[in-house]
Amino acid sequence: MNEMLLEVQNVYLSFGGVQALRGVSLEARKSEILAIIGPNGAGKTSLINAVCGHYHPQRGRILFKGIDITRLPPHRIAALGVARTFQNVALFRDMTVLDNIMLGRHVKMKSNPLACALYWGLAQREEIRHREVVERIIDFLEIEHIRKVPAGALPYGLQKRVELGRALALEPELLLLDEPMAGMNLDEKEDMARFILDVQEELGIGIILIEHDMGVVMDISDRVIVLDLGEKICEGRPEEVVSDPRAIKAYLGEAIAPKGG
Amino acid sequence: MINRECGIFKTTYQADMALYTVPLARITVAGFLAFFALILPFILDVKHLVWANLVGINLVAALGLNLLVGFAGQISVGHAAFMAVGGYTAAIMTSRADMPFWVGLVGGGVFAAFYGLLVGLPSVRVKGFYLAIATLAAQFITEWTVNHVRWIGGKGFQASIIVPPAKLGGLVLDTEREKYFLILAIAIVATVALLNIARTRLGRAFVAIRDRDIAAEIMGVDIVRYKLLAFMISSFYAGVAGALWVYYLGNANIESFRIVESINFLAMVIIGGLGSVLGTIFGAAFVTILPLALEDILQNFKGVIPVSDIHSFVAHLRFAVFGGLIMLFLMVEPEGLNRLWRNIKDYFRVWPFPY
Repeated sequence: MNEMLLEVQNVYLSFGGVQALRGVSLEARKSEILAIIGPNGAGKTSLINAVCGHYHPQRGRILFKGIDITRLPPHRIAALGVARTFQNVALFRDMTVLDNIMLGRHVKMKSNPLACALYWGLAQREEIRHREVVERIIDFLEIEHIRKVPAGALPYGLQKRVELGRALALEPELLLLDEPMAGMNLDEKEDMARFILDVQEELGIGIILIEHDMGVVMDISDRVIVLDLGEKICEGRPEEVVSDPRAIKAYLGEAIAPKGG
Repeated sequence: MINRECGIFKTTYQADMALYTVPLARITVAGFLAFFALILPFILDVKHLVWANLVGINLVAALGLNLLVGFAGQISVGHAAFMAVGGYTAAIMTSRADMPFWVGLVGGGVFAAFYGLLVGLPSVRVKGFYLAIATLAAQFITEWTVNHVRWIGGKGFQASIIVPPAKLGGLVLDTEREKYFLILAIAIVATVALLNIARTRLGRAFVAIRDRDIAAEIMGVDIVRYKLLAFMISSFYAGVAGALWVYYLGNANIESFRIVESINFLAMVIIGGLGSVLGTIFGAAFVTILPLALEDILQNFKGVIPVSDIHSFVAHLRFAVFGGLIMLFLMVEPEGLNRLWRNIKDYFRVWPFPY
C-alpha cells in the first residue's frame, strides 16, 4: 500500500564552483508527508528544483513512479503528476484566483488553439467541465469569496492558499511544498496545516514539505530528512530526528543549559 | 449605470463564463454592432469612410500585436514586417497566380504566421529589450528583402505591385462603402476570436508566461511552444491585416510597411491598454484618427500661421501635436484608455454614492 513514488539517487548539483547538492538520495512514498529541514543554503530548495525539472543535476538519477525524470523539461514532469508551490509566492498576479487555479488544469485540458478561438462548442464544454473541478478545489480551500479577485491583490496568507489550490488543480500524485507557512501568523499556520493534512488523507497525495517551523514539522510529518551543506545528514521519524546529535548540531541547536547547570 | 451587476444571479457556469454577463452590456454591444453595420456606413461621407476603413485594418493588426505584447508579454517592434509578408503574399497570389481574393487573404495570414514562427525563435532564449532588438532586426531584414529581391517586389518603384480589387462572387468590392463592409466583417471575427482566446486555456497560458514564466513552466505550460504560438497567431493577424491593406489600396508598396508603422501599432496597444481587447479598439481608433483629425483642424489656421510653405508645416506640426498628446495621455493614465474607461465605469457602478 505504501508504494514508492519518488526516488532520488545520489544526486549532485553544482552552480559553477558552488556545490548545492552532494550525493543526496531519498525516497518518498504515496500518502506520506516527508519533511526536509536544514539551515539556509543547505540545498532544500535546490533539491525540489531538481525534482521538478527546473535544474538538471550533473550526476545521479531521479525516478518518479519508476520513470526517469532527471533530464525531462518541467512541463513534462508536471504532466506526469508532480506539482509544487514556491517559497516566494509565484502566482500569476494579474490573473484572477479562478484563472490561476484554472491554469493548474492546463495539462488536463486538450483544446487546440483553433477550438479556443472558436470557443462555442468544444472549448466551451471543456472549460465548463474543468470549471467544475476547480470549483471543488475552491470549496475545499474555502476561498469562494475571492474567486474573481486578481491574485496580486490578496493578502499573503491567502496567496499561499491559492497557490496550494493551483498545485492541487494539476491532480498531482506528488506535491512539493516549499515553506508553505513562511511569514504566516499562528491562525494561518493552523489552517494551512489542516489543509495539508486533508490533502494527504483525503486525496492520498504524497507530500514533500520544506519548513522551518519545527512545531509544524513535528506535528504533521511522517518522516524527516535533515540536509546540511548539500548532504543528507540524517533521516527518520520526527522524534528520532530531534534527538539525533547530528541534526542538533547542524540545525536544531543545543538546548539551553538548565539553570544552575 | 452602464454596468450594474447588482441583482443579476448566475445559475450555471456557462452563464458565469459568458463574454458579457450583464444584460445591459449585451444590449450595448449589440447596439454598437448594429450602429457600425447599419447606420455608420450610410451617414459617413467618403472621406470619413476612409478613416473608418483605416481604423478597421489597423485594428486587425493591433489585435494581433496586443496578443503578443499585452497577453503573452513578448515584445515585438517588427509587426509591420509581418504585415508586409501577408500583404505581398496576397498581392503575388492574386495578381500573378490569379487566385481569388479570399485565398490571398488566408494565404497571406498563414504565410505570415510561419514567418512569425521564424522571427519568434529568438524569444525562446531572450526576452525584454533583447527580444525587441531581435524583432527590430527582423523588420529591417524584411524591408530590405522585399525591396531588393526582384521576384517579390517586381520591377516597380518601391517594390509596388498592382493588386486587383477584392471580388466576392460576382461582386467587385471597389467602392469605399463595399470595402467598409468587408473590413468590418473581418474586424468583428478577429475581435471575437481574440476575446475567445483570452478566456480559454490558450489565453491563460499566454498570460501565465507573461506574469511568471518559471511558474507557468512548472505548472505544465510548454513555454517554448506557447511563445512560438503567440508569435504565429500574432503574425497571422498581421498577415491578414496586410492582405486586407493591399486589397483596400489596390497595390502593395513597401512604404506602407516601414518601421514607423510598427511603432504606430505599439502606440495603439500601449495607449489602448496592454492585454485588453476593448483597449485595442480604443487605441486603434485613437492613433489612426487623431493625426487625420489634427490635420483637418490645423488646415483651418492656414491664414493665421505666417509660414511660407504652409502645407508641409501643417504636416509636421500634426506629428508634433500627436506626439505631445500621446505623452500627455500616458502621464495621465499609464495603463491606457481601457483603464480610463474602467475608472469611469467603476465610478458609475455605485453612483450617486461615493462608494
